[in-house]
Amino acid sequence: MAVLLDPFEALASFQQALDAYRTSSWLDPGLSGSGAYPPLNVFRKGDDFIVIAELPGIKKSDLDVQVKGRTIRLSGEKTVGYPEKAALHRRERLAGRFDRAVTMPIEINPEGVKAEYRDGILAVFLPRAESDKPKSIKVA
Amino acid sequence: MADKQELSVREKKELVAKEEKTIPGRYYVPYADIYETDDALAVVMEMPGVEKKDLNVALEDDVLRVDGQIDFSKYKEMEPVYTEYNIGHYARSFTLSNKVDQDKIGANLEDGVLTLTCPRRRPPSRARSPSAESRREFDRQALTSS
Repeated sequence: MAVLLDPFEALASFQQALDAYRTSSWLDPGLSGSGAYPPLNVFRKGDDFIVIAELPGIKKSDLDVQVKGRTIRLSGEKTVGYPEKAALHRRERLAGRFDRAVTMPIEINPEGVKAEYRDGILAVFLPRAESDKPKSIKVA
Repeated sequence: MADKQELSVREKKELVAKEEKTIPGRYYVPYADIYETDDALAVVMEMPGVEKKDLNVALEDDVLRVDGQIDFSKYKEMEPVYTEYNIGHYARSFTLSNKVDQDKIGANLEDGVLTLTCPRRRPPSRARSPSAESRREFDRQALTSS
């Protein structure tokens, strides 16, 4: 990815970079989970992976993150409430249960996994297992 | 209305603005719910990733304009390997009717959900609750989205 120097151009080029990676299919639904919600973005930072999902308006207590082997599972419930006797004019926000599992192409160190929920964004940090890190081979 | 609702994946809707932006980068239209109670009209919008400091709600000529900026410096040194959605700023505007007390509009942003509360303007002379007729009128005039 291009190094983002100009703050005005930075967002546009980052959006282009995000679009460029919307081709792979390795996160297709597997056996361990169903559904395609929430949409995920997977990033690499050094050796580690970060999985990010937009989940606005979810209580932390309604959010469940599990890691087993190379698979992470995000499940929970998104609720959208209205006061009683409210007259609805427009309803675009969706609510319901979700359960999604995806398998990473790297070995994860389960001890180091961290999940953070802020401003409606869930970020799961997946450190690569030490044994899985590539070794540099010196060319003789 | 069914209680059990499926959470489906929707492609974000890109903003087609009347006036063009001078800053490069894509804007999206936040999903919104609009509902009305006896006292107020509420607009609830989903803007995941927007912090309070990056949110701007402005009222000008009866148009309520919401602009939420994404601080994507958080994505520094992160290299996308697989993506399913794009990120961008959010913007949406609504035309308010004169039935809304424009001085008392409240905004609350929590977990990426912005709630705007627009209290109904009370006629000073009578305190009784609005009749069905006037309420229908309010329904019709209260909000038109642009």
